[in-house]
Amino acid sequence: MNTIKNKQDPKAQSFALKDCALIAISTHRRAKTLKEFRDHIGSLDLDSLYYHFWANLLLPQFEEREYINDFAGWARHGLADTKLAEQLAVLDPTSFNDMEELRYHLLEYIDDRLEESEYLQWARASKQFEFTRAQIVVFDTHTRISKPQEMSNLIPQMSVSSIFYHFIDARRRAPDKMDDFCRWLTFFGETHRHLIDQLSGIDPYFSNLVELRRQVATAFQNHFAEQVS
Amino acid sequence: MTAMLDCYAAVTGEDVIRHLQQLAEPLKGKSVVHVNSTRVGGGVAEILEKLVPLARELGLDTRWEVISGDSEFYQCTKSFHNSIQGDRITIPETLLNHFLEVNEQNANHLRNVLEEADFVFIHDPQPVALLKFCSKRKGKWIWRCHIDASHPYRGTWRFLDRYIRDYDASIFSLSQFVQLLPHPAYIIPPSIDPLSDKNVDLPQDELEAVRTRFELNPEAPLITQISRFDRFKDPIGVIKAYKLAKQYIPNLQLVLAGGTATDDPEGEVVFNEVAVAAGDDPNIKLLQLPPDAHRTINALQRLSDIVLQKSTKEGFGLTVTEALWKGKPVIGGDTGGIRLQVINFHTGFLVNTPEGAALRIRYLFNQKQKMQEMGIKSKEFVRENFLLTRQLREHLTLMVSLQHGAGDRIELG
Repeated sequence: MNTIKNKQDPKAQSFALKDCALIAISTHRRAKTLKEFRDHIGSLDLDSLYYHFWANLLLPQFEEREYINDFAGWARHGLADTKLAEQLAVLDPTSFNDMEELRYHLLEYIDDRLEESEYLQWARASKQFEFTRAQIVVFDTHTRISKPQEMSNLIPQMSVSSIFYHFIDARRRAPDKMDDFCRWLTFFGETHRHLIDQLSGIDPYFSNLVELRRQVATAFQNHFAEQVS
Repeated sequence: MTAMLDCYAAVTGEDVIRHLQQLAEPLKGKSVVHVNSTRVGGGVAEILEKLVPLARELGLDTRWEVISGDSEFYQCTKSFHNSIQGDRITIPETLLNHFLEVNEQNANHLRNVLEEADFVFIHDPQPVALLKFCSKRKGKWIWRCHIDASHPYRGTWRFLDRYIRDYDASIFSLSQFVQLLPHPAYIIPPSIDPLSDKNVDLPQDELEAVRTRFELNPEAPLITQISRFDRFKDPIGVIKAYKLAKQYIPNLQLVLAGGTATDDPEGEVVFNEVAVAAGDDPNIKLLQLPPDAHRTINALQRLSDIVLQKSTKEGFGLTVTEALWKGKPVIGGDTGGIRLQVINFHTGFLVNTPEGAALRIRYLFNQKQKMQEMGIKSKEFVRENFLLTRQLREHLTLMVSLQHGAGDRIELG
């Protein structure tokens, strides 16, 4: 559970709405076999790991993804290894302390699978995995929100990239992995404790950004409707 | 918001336009020059025709320059194009030297504009050597590759690499196309403009006029491929697929319509080969359309039941995007950017052979409900991912990123 500060910080009461844009950059790394894949993951920059777990939310996709992250998707559709795909798909980046720990668990699954299957030591994938990274440009929308109630109307109007920045990317920036909405609400003491709990319960890993925006907006709207009644 | 931005907001939503305005804020007043080799015809010209005015609306001082060349120059650049896509073509030294001379002549003409610009986007190989002749350039130069460069013929790539490697960045449509270069290689798929003549909604009487003009039977099913007469587009494979499908759909009609680009000297030769393959079948219409026949192409796509793009190599395949935007299922070659757009059973089918295309044609004409569902999904898919506003957003992001260095996170303001 998130720690709630009781003391109000007057300077922090205004929420600065930011937005971001991501751009994909090739790392020039490619893997055609599981062994190559493993070696690249072992030495890959962390921003590339981040890209393949999260940034795909901002990229073209069609309906629900069968496997949540790009690595699991390649294990299934490139290598045709359902077992490894399931194991990699279950890795939830929000449950690790940092991306290094996530990398460690990725490598454990891959090493185990390489040890188990002689076939996977030489099998070539039907398509190679392209390791990509992203640059993120963050900019200020100059919108400031002073009262949490205002969020109810504002969130449905936010761009999905703004939701990405404040609800997903925030967890990478903050040591305590708290999203920006929850962090801001803590400045109001215990007043919005229930809302903080509601927001903390939203799992961003299984939603697209449009759905995530709807869930966050609904949490704010329900909370303030209850307060009025 | 200006009238133009209002029009885009009506299609994309106001949040998308607001996002562009905010991202463009730090670039206001910057001079941006795009350079390619043709003003009309082909996907690059179509993108620039709309991308440039939209960037201006956002406050960027953007212009579009076109280099000129003679037939020898275009013969050389067409060989570049084909060999980047994998053909093993050894280009004679004399042609390569002529290519450089033409680039130098164009650099002499454009030098002031190019050297003063804050950002220069050079599209495809034709103008790639301009940079070599602009030694006092002060801005960032970006080479934009619109071609499937996943397996280039190494001889050609080695020659081009000498010029490309001096750029500050390059852009490829897909990560599979990226070649090893000593600068950042950005991945930006291209896009279509929903407000252009090629894609805007058309009144029914205009559709009927096109149908009458090309003697198309309104009662008979129609399949269409719109693309240059180029072997990589496999027009002969399309005719073969049509003939196979026609055994089951006797009144099937096929339109093969190609625009002409001034930088494509092979078009006429391939057209003649296609005409021989079509024979005297009255239900096959081969149309050579002028490069500005955008509304005619738009109408042909809208009149079609299914659109084909049976390419064996494809940079991105904007004709696929256009067809999807019009709510048509697409049967496309399993290659390049078509894979990013055609999703089996959702927006169409990927195929590898004329036989595969024929099977899917038969399937769709037997599953009319499925065809309709695919159409609805296809349009939304393009709205979310492949409209001009998305491409411009990525260009703006790239420019901001180049201005601020190589870090993975850039905080503005």
